[in-house]
Amino acid sequence: MSGRMHLAVELGGAGRHPGAWRLPGADAENLFTAEHHLSLVRTAARGGLDLVALTDSFVPPGDDPDALRGSLDAVAIAARVAPVVPGIGLVPTATVTHTEPFHLSKAIATLDLVSTGRAGWEPAVSRTPSEAELFGRKDAADPEVLWREASEVIDVVVRLWDSWEDDAVIRDEPTGRFVDRDKLHYVDFDGEFFSVKGPSITPRSPQAHPPIVLRGDEPSAVPVAARWADVVRIAAPTVAAAAELRDQVRTAVADAGRDPAAVTVLLDVETLVGGDLAQLDALAPAGADTGPRGLRHVGDAAGLAALLREARDAADGFTLVPLALPSGLDRIVDEVLPALGDAWTPAPEGTLRERLGLARPANRYERSSRSEPRHEGAR
Amino acid sequence: MTKKQVHLAAHFPGVNNTTVWSDPASGSQTDFSSFVHFAQTAERGLFDFLFLAEGLRLREHRGRIHDLDVVGRPDTFTVLNAIAAVTTHLGLGGTINTTFNEPYELARQFASLDHLSGGRAAWNLVTSSDAFTGENFRRGGFLDPSDRYQRAGDILAAATELWLSWDGDDVPEVRHRSAQFDFHGRFTLPPTPQGHPVLIQSGDSEQGREFGAATADAIFSRHSTIEAGQRFYRDMKDRLPRYERAEADLTILPAATFVVGDTEADAEERAEHVRRAQVSPQTAIAFLEQVWGRDLSAYDPDGPLPDVDPDPDAASITRGRVRHEKDTLQVANDWRDLAASTKGSAPGGGLTIRELIIETTARQSFVGTPAQVAAQIDDAVQADASDGFILIPHLVPGGLDEFVDTVIPELQDRGAYRSAYAGTTLRDHLGLRRPTTAEVADSRRSA
Repeated sequence: MSGRMHLAVELGGAGRHPGAWRLPGADAENLFTAEHHLSLVRTAARGGLDLVALTDSFVPPGDDPDALRGSLDAVAIAARVAPVVPGIGLVPTATVTHTEPFHLSKAIATLDLVSTGRAGWEPAVSRTPSEAELFGRKDAADPEVLWREASEVIDVVVRLWDSWEDDAVIRDEPTGRFVDRDKLHYVDFDGEFFSVKGPSITPRSPQAHPPIVLRGDEPSAVPVAARWADVVRIAAPTVAAAAELRDQVRTAVADAGRDPAAVTVLLDVETLVGGDLAQLDALAPAGADTGPRGLRHVGDAAGLAALLREARDAADGFTLVPLALPSGLDRIVDEVLPALGDAWTPAPEGTLRERLGLARPANRYERSSRSEPRHEGAR
Repeated sequence: MTKKQVHLAAHFPGVNNTTVWSDPASGSQTDFSSFVHFAQTAERGLFDFLFLAEGLRLREHRGRIHDLDVVGRPDTFTVLNAIAAVTTHLGLGGTINTTFNEPYELARQFASLDHLSGGRAAWNLVTSSDAFTGENFRRGGFLDPSDRYQRAGDILAAATELWLSWDGDDVPEVRHRSAQFDFHGRFTLPPTPQGHPVLIQSGDSEQGREFGAATADAIFSRHSTIEAGQRFYRDMKDRLPRYERAEADLTILPAATFVVGDTEADAEERAEHVRRAQVSPQTAIAFLEQVWGRDLSAYDPDGPLPDVDPDPDAASITRGRVRHEKDTLQVANDWRDLAASTKGSAPGGGLTIRELIIETTARQSFVGTPAQVAAQIDDAVQADASDGFILIPHLVPGGLDEFVDTVIPELQDRGAYRSAYAGTTLRDHLGLRRPTTAEVADSRRSA
């Protein structure tokens, strides 16, 4: 966390509102093309936002056949965008319930490589029987079990990120050795849900640990966020409730033995700037959940800027969640950011960790006798 | 009638001793800039596709991580999606194991790559029953070797059902039940620009060949000499009618290495230099230990072969790579004969350990001037030893530069190689049809 107001934007489908994909201008026919996603992330980067959060799930929200039916893999979108859209953090959701921790570890590390240090990761759980049935390996489980497993996955992923020391590649011709095997480490993880031997096949990435973003508004998720998160996302119905939730998150982080000042709490704010909510609601499939999920601003840009200024002490920043894309993002960048005046400054250049005020972490496997300064940043 | 055209693919240099890291021009094996350079060079050379191998556990030798070869790889899907951003036509082929992935997730990852690249994805489908690699995964090394092709077949059938499940606005539920899988649900993506990704197979066993003939669009083979290539080529193409497929439906691409020089003598000298760099003194001992099954670190790589015989009971001391020496004593005796009968610098005139390993590891497939290399490639393709080659350079990231600058123009002058991409998808480059939803519906009915 730094003193600056952090701003993120959530990108998923045609926007969070279930009627958004039917809006004129929703670009629904291009949702599965690279150009659609490039255009959105370019806009967010132009605005100077800290990061984009790319949503993902194995199933579309709801089971309504009239709703938007799908999405591309979010890590894939982030990787496709990374080399050609500089200057913004890329934080895909990648689920942990039915996936392999080893694959997740190298996927996020590789996203960090191809984005030169701008990757993050939002781990999420797959709750529903529909998702479990897509794999047919295990049944859906309680949130408490799912998050306990998620914590193990994060644990082993972070270990794998450290399983290569930064200077493991030595290219030592006299001894014929390309790599110093003493700087490669088995993680030997043996948990309640799985075991992983290691080391990773992918070297330590530019940020070493791409920031981990977790939701902190579900009881079972809070201890996991307290232990692992660099960024905690919360949603609350009022500014006062948000401040209270933020304090709970900080307490939980401290109870987990970590410094609450090192954790950035971002408050979700659903936004519809200059749009017509009644029109959106009318376009939503019957019975769909049209929200709100937490704070929602429907109105003009000045009103949203005023809300963010009012709420700035309730969190370290905000995740703006456009109800409709791409128009909602254009409005944020072109109208809301200027209206914030001196309450907000664009994110500085650099890695996502740097934007969040986080140093590059030490390697847990590195012996203290070799703890001289390491080379930093992009390799 | 136009001449049969050469197809070329570019294998990103692998995690093994073929890739030379001691050369001053050798760059990072994992930096994205290396992939950008390599891919853009392949695209400049109008190659059909870039190819990535896979290894999901670091290799070990004598119980410890093998430290003599280049090591380190990015995640295949993630780096291919990123390469899609810096190229426009080049196909993007990834080797993905069927054993350590589930069909729904894997189908979605390949479909995402095909959508995001505008139809350039290819899947080299491999199977593994390797418990050593399995230690990195939730399910471990669960697969019995005899079930490998069953799993490959089941996962491909399942993925194809998912890829082609959307029928216009109709998004039906896919219900898949097979020996290996039992799942159901709706896929979250429409058919991709290519219908589904191009499928590559590399198995060489009877089972592997039959599976390739039935399902693959391209075969990554190991038979790069004219005679062996022709036998394999004919064998594969003759299997196609059983599956109502035409010869053009399957492209045969053997792996090949190359060295280009200003003159023939220069090329030969450079080839020799590369082979010495590929077999360092330490690498020579490690190769010998794979056959002998025992610690030979006390032996001088520039001295004669060991008098001691291989340990016949030794389990394989190298793990995480494909190498099977069946009768190690026989191999050792063959090598002793070869060392004794070949002029070298060992005391008594035979080959030293290192010279022997250089001699027994493969010579480059094509060595010569640009015109000679182009002729060798063209001749092999015209003789139906292959439809082209998957080239494996020995240097990252510049290993293709010279080939593209000098050999490609020669191939074009011979009328054997395209002067521009005719289409934008990998299926276009390979001359393949786009599979349709209706086809899957048909095959489901007839199954």
